[in-house]
Amino acid sequence: MHIMQLVGFGLSATILATVLRSYAPQFAMLVALLAGILLFTSVIQNISVVLDMLRGLSSSAHIDSGFFSTVLKIIGIAYIVEFAGQVARDAGEGALASKIELAGKISIVILAIPIVNDVVQSLMHLLPQ
Amino acid sequence: MSPEMRAVFQIFGVGFVVALMNTILRHADKEEFAQWTTLAGVVAVLVVVVGYVDHLYQEITRVFLNTQ
Repeated sequence: MHIMQLVGFGLSATILATVLRSYAPQFAMLVALLAGILLFTSVIQNISVVLDMLRGLSSSAHIDSGFFSTVLKIIGIAYIVEFAGQVARDAGEGALASKIELAGKISIVILAIPIVNDVVQSLMHLLPQ
Repeated sequence: MSPEMRAVFQIFGVGFVVALMNTILRHADKEEFAQWTTLAGVVAVLVVVVGYVDHLYQEITRVFLNTQ
């Protein structure tokens, strides 16, 4: 999608949401949520091009593909959690937003554990026994 | 009018109609009907939005995990 289309779409959705806010606040939030989802979906397709290039680089540098897929998962989690947290914060639920972000952080840490283990193991090999 | 834009305008339309119904029903002092129409409108819109969320989730899993 062309950038002007994206910007125009986002602005018109914002206008619709503000018009609705005084009449039916629930629907204003739903309009904003739907616009966010649609923008996110159209952007995600462009990201796959970048990821393919990164995957090519990592395979040519003989990096273990397990690490790279973990990094991709972490990026995916970060995207979703940030999106959901912002939507919750827009709806006025600050506490809920921070809980969503907490859940995202914990799942990222869990994903990062094997990588940390590998780093520590390789460090231990370097140290003289 | 791109399909995304049409979806956003449809949701705006539903919200506006429900808001109008509320004021009309409130003047005809049928308060509980107004609340029921609002609930029905929100549920209908949620069904549509959840469909888009599911599509977004599949996109993300396809792009980030390329498991499809």
